[in-house]
Amino acid sequence: MHSALSSLSFSQVTTVPRSNYAFDSHSSAFALSQPLNLRFCGLRREAFGFSSLTQSCSGRVHVSSRGLSKKISASAVGNGTPLKSFDYDLIIIGAGVGGHGAALHAVEKGLKTAIIEGDVVGGTCVNRGCVPSKALLAVSGRMRELQSEHHMKALGLQVSAAGYDRQGVADHANNLASKIRSNLTNSMKALGVDILTGVGTIVGPQKVKYGKVGFPDNIVTAKDIIIATGSVPFVPKGIEVDGKTVITSDHALKLEFVPDWIAIVGSGYIGLEFSDVYTALGSEVTFIEALDQLMPGFDPEIGKLAQRVLINPRKIDYHTGVFATKITPARDGKPVIIELTDAKTKEPKDTLEVDAALIATGRAPFTNGLGLENINVVTQRGFVPVDERMRVIDANGKLVPHLYCIGDANGKMMLAHAASAQGISVVEQVAGRDHVVNHLSIPAACFTHPEISMVGMTEPQAREKAEKEGFEVSVAKTSFKANTKALAENEGEGLAKLIYRPDNGEILGVHIFGLHAADLIHEASNAIALGTRIQDIKFAVHAHPTLSEVLDELFKSAKVKAPASSSPVSEPVAV
Amino acid sequence: MAHILRTSFLPSTSSRHRTPVSGPKGKPQALQVKAKIREIFMPALSSTMTEGKIVSWTKSEGEKLSKGESVVVVESDKADMDVESFHDGFLAAIMVEEGGVAPVGSAIALLAETEEEIAEAKAKSQSSSSSSAQVVEEKPKQKEDVEPAVPAAAPVAPAVSSPKAVALGSAVHPASEGGKRIVASPYAKKLAKELKLDLGALVGTGPMGRIVAKDVEAAAAAGVVAASESAPLPASPAKAAPVAPGIELGTVVPFTTMQGAVSRNMVESLSVPTFRVGYTLTTNALDALYKKIKSKGVTMTALLAKATALALVQHPVVNSCCRDGNSFTYNSSINISVAVAIDGGLITPVLQDADKVDIYTLSRKWKELVDKARAKQLQPHEYNTGTFTLSNLGMFGVDRFDAILPPGTGAIMAVGASLPTVVASKDGRIGMRNQMQVNVTADHRVIYGADLASFLQTLAKIIEDPKDLTF
Repeated sequence: MHSALSSLSFSQVTTVPRSNYAFDSHSSAFALSQPLNLRFCGLRREAFGFSSLTQSCSGRVHVSSRGLSKKISASAVGNGTPLKSFDYDLIIIGAGVGGHGAALHAVEKGLKTAIIEGDVVGGTCVNRGCVPSKALLAVSGRMRELQSEHHMKALGLQVSAAGYDRQGVADHANNLASKIRSNLTNSMKALGVDILTGVGTIVGPQKVKYGKVGFPDNIVTAKDIIIATGSVPFVPKGIEVDGKTVITSDHALKLEFVPDWIAIVGSGYIGLEFSDVYTALGSEVTFIEALDQLMPGFDPEIGKLAQRVLINPRKIDYHTGVFATKITPARDGKPVIIELTDAKTKEPKDTLEVDAALIATGRAPFTNGLGLENINVVTQRGFVPVDERMRVIDANGKLVPHLYCIGDANGKMMLAHAASAQGISVVEQVAGRDHVVNHLSIPAACFTHPEISMVGMTEPQAREKAEKEGFEVSVAKTSFKANTKALAENEGEGLAKLIYRPDNGEILGVHIFGLHAADLIHEASNAIALGTRIQDIKFAVHAHPTLSEVLDELFKSAKVKAPASSSPVSEPVAV
Repeated sequence: MAHILRTSFLPSTSSRHRTPVSGPKGKPQALQVKAKIREIFMPALSSTMTEGKIVSWTKSEGEKLSKGESVVVVESDKADMDVESFHDGFLAAIMVEEGGVAPVGSAIALLAETEEEIAEAKAKSQSSSSSSAQVVEEKPKQKEDVEPAVPAAAPVAPAVSSPKAVALGSAVHPASEGGKRIVASPYAKKLAKELKLDLGALVGTGPMGRIVAKDVEAAAAAGVVAASESAPLPASPAKAAPVAPGIELGTVVPFTTMQGAVSRNMVESLSVPTFRVGYTLTTNALDALYKKIKSKGVTMTALLAKATALALVQHPVVNSCCRDGNSFTYNSSINISVAVAIDGGLITPVLQDADKVDIYTLSRKWKELVDKARAKQLQPHEYNTGTFTLSNLGMFGVDRFDAILPPGTGAIMAVGASLPTVVASKDGRIGMRNQMQVNVTADHRVIYGADLASFLQTLAKIIEDPKDLTF
């Protein structure tokens, strides 16, 4: 272990070496030779409180005189100092996007932070989710453009037949994942977050054990603990995943083969994005959706338009209102066989024979082995129950002190950036400032071509709420067809939809389907987060010609009865 | 017109849009009770919209509609919008076809309340195109524009969609559990629907015998050729060709659909390992027979097809085919397809069950097929179900050639001219015989040299002693 650790530290000469018991013999040498990253020197009042100022020669390098000094002797001070009786102020179990966001914010708040990761830093998003899929979608977007003769011709371009190299595409996705993974790792190391390797298990209040299989477990204590263990692909029973012909997104992202015909079970974000990738690479796709309509969860109007653009003209067909009750991988010269059962009558409906099947039926929380039983917490369908402040609730409905759960593991909103937002919110609370995440202000995006994005409520949700609470709801829409930039790109297909209260101008939801929708949504999500009203934001200026004018038009087309609030600029600003 | 209520179809959401489109005249609501056939109007989708273009009808005539379902997609000056039905009923008649433009407020379709009223509504739509002339000047004119375009846009439809329950011995998909199910890829299904082709009549060449897009395209290409002359096109390029046969030298001409299909098939044939076996047949007896029964309408092609079919009965392997490279199929019927040159291409009408049908019926059938091929009216099962192909260039005086094996079949026989030849007989005399060279190209994955040799021997026996041909 010793040699392994020292070689590890040598390979990281540009980063600040982390302290460890095993490091002792090297630590002083390193302390001298290291270009310490001082920008993140987060020496705060509370941190000083537990260290001796006199021993800290410059105030930049902190050498503690306490019993724990061995552990932190070579560390940059960025990571704060733990409270007296604990090893850390904050331990985060799981180094996905949620844990990473929380760790960075914790360091900023001066907390001594450790993050436990049993697999690879970056979690699902970076290694098996959003990140590699964006690489594949970048390829599919370009392929689609190059293959669209009509589109190219309209722009006056001539391109001879476009082709692709499967391995090259797969490598691009893989390289992107490793690059982002090392970025994440480095950013945490640079700040001085301790990365503890192994599976983390809660053994008692404020106490976590971690360790790799075959090594003795280490036990660490922390004032606060955040569970951020994320999720894994959900595979319904009856489906046999072999990783080759019956696959989940984990396998699909490696793009080991491009089947002629692939069935995608589930038409949510994951299924839709993969249908975009596979059809661009030449596959034909059959969607299997349990609900009566494709793309459940999207605003119905957006879903309808999306179906007309993303499904109907492509080499895709679909079965709705059916369950894939049994899927057998291809073997013995037989294709993948999928048995479909009617979702309502539960009677067998059809059998499909395809080259491959992708299971995209959602994700299940990864909370097994967390040791929740040790603190009397019972999961609900695997999710860790939490209150609106992400505080874990135990079997008796009481809050477990100092324990939080963020991200997919709590199931509130299974999005990487939602997990990060929740993590930051928890750190705020831990650092003494009350904070609650407004989930209605968290945007979501589906990176098809064109993209779909949304924030807040769908129209049916808004109307239901309006009925209950007795307010009026209005809808405004603008089309990409009327946007100069979109037309210049020859991508006029698209719609932006605003759901709002005409009485006070509150934005209830915004849904966009069109070119770069995922980048456009943030004006709306920020407005919701900051409570900006339509009557005010409509005076904000947008550069011309840009796609963001789609939203500009959208806000301007809303009919709000409330007058604009007084100008935020109290005095005229001359130019 | 009195009982037709001016209701309208509107986009689902925007409350803003909901009000202004209750029809230009706004008839009293009370009439709604009696209304049986309703008009669907072009809605105003924005304040600046004066006319809308029909992007697509999401429902077709005769289809049932329920309230709230989208019927048509309309393109306004700003966006494409789904227009939903406000009533249950049946879409009885579409008055403005896809791609057509109609002013806001004009009727674009009729909605019948019950199935029985569809016919009534259809009749109404015919008359209303003239009666609504004073309301909307543009519309009747436009309707005339649209209507002749219908057969032009879908020439395949009338010719090809009919053969629904044709029993096809050879069209068994290995993937379909003995023909119980049709296994076709999503795109193949989509294409077949667009081209109005019956998937049941196609033979799949994809993995495990599934029907893939190129099967549909190939069938459609053949179908288009077969059907295009039958369609009453005002200025069909196919007709223009013989009038102006001038070929501009030095120009690059893109493939027609048929040439594209042929090109694909030819390239695909390269993936099949073929070999050739030739044989010289003496045709004196056959020629004598032909002379004797020619007056009864028997053709040489029919005789050759019959002789070949009878020989195939004894050599089923030569009538087999290998589609996936892992297995092969002994075809249950002997369907002899015969290559026929037609304007701008080639088609292979099929003499089905040539071994079982008597020579006179076969000859009549052949004449009918040739007539149909010339008229481009062949239906898919009449040109794509062959199990063995004959190609005869003898009429041009060609004495020998070899043919390329059509994908999906096991063998093709190239037939040369029957020419008087001086031959030495076994008893040492010199004599004159009519001799014809044939050359069979076969898929060596399933058919071996000895198979072809013995098949040709059998064929020679039949042709040299043709009494069985007329049984």
